[in-house]
Amino acid sequence: MPMTDQTLDEIMNLAAAHFKVPRENLSPDEDFFKALGIDSLQTLDLLTRLEHHFRVELPDYELQGVSDFRTLAAKIQARL
Amino acid sequence: MDKFNGQAISWTVQAGVIELSLHRSPCNELGSLSLQELEDFAGSLSQLESSAHALIIYSELKSGFCAGADLRELYERSQKLEKKEAVRGVRDFLERIHRVLNAIDASPLTTIAAVHGVTFGGGFELALACDLILADRTARFCFPELRLGLIPGFGGIPRLKRDLGNSVVRDLLLTGRSFNSTKAQQVGLVSQVVAEGEALRAARATAAQLGKFDRETAIAAKQFIKPIPDEELQREIDIFCDLFTKPAVEAGLKKFVESTDAQPYLP
Repeated sequence: MPMTDQTLDEIMNLAAAHFKVPRENLSPDEDFFKALGIDSLQTLDLLTRLEHHFRVELPDYELQGVSDFRTLAAKIQARL
Repeated sequence: MDKFNGQAISWTVQAGVIELSLHRSPCNELGSLSLQELEDFAGSLSQLESSAHALIIYSELKSGFCAGADLRELYERSQKLEKKEAVRGVRDFLERIHRVLNAIDASPLTTIAAVHGVTFGGGFELALACDLILADRTARFCFPELRLGLIPGFGGIPRLKRDLGNSVVRDLLLTGRSFNSTKAQQVGLVSQVVAEGEALRAARATAAQLGKFDRETAIAAKQFIKPIPDEELQREIDIFCDLFTKPAVEAGLKKFVESTDAQPYLP
């Protein structure tokens, strides 16, 4: 599995488990705010969990406008 | 009064430890109600201090420790007033919250902020008034004020500057980005990072340890190592009030309050 796909998979697994959404309901290009049903405070929670999981720092401003798992994975991949 | 149950905060004293809890939904935003109750707490501190050695501040809410000032209230109040009057109101609020935070900062008690989740703006500044910050892994620290055209107004910069290197202060202040608990510990902001949901337990264990020490010695140590940056705190209020008159602030507050963006807390 290419590195970005693995990152993408891990993000969706983590998000599904934490927000209790069936994993099969998530797809790489959909809006994760809608798919996960999360608000702004929960978005920060997700960001924190992703930073810990991947051991990276994700400056908030890099995530402005990011709303799909694939782009999020690319942002994380760029810091691994 | 060694027990209080308010709408925004509550406190109890047990075994020499004052526990001040924050519980105003959605994330302990600091507005006039919280301020009034915090003032009541600060007013009771000198009496409480005679029967306690430590103070723990924590949030009962899952969302986090505190998301900062109540921007909705600030915006709505400002809209009803002439600019000059609005600035006067802001200055009055800042001076009052500074008195509360200065009382916590200078208290002879050893003070611990047990934080989790969102610890932003004024919430971050409340934590910074404490001697120690214990964070669980979900904690996130941020000064998002620049995007509103403001600087932190509850004593954040002088206290952060007192505690950390200037480059870290600039990073937090000028980029407005948030730090997770690991980063916060790396830069020296947080003394202990614990598992999710464990910050209060860790704070209680720390407070119990502090109770074994001679009080006079602990007080002398704190006074020696933790000066109150009075001049800079006053300067901060002046700068904040100057900036508050700028059009960028009204626009920034309006944007935040009216935002339907899923990321309004992200700078």
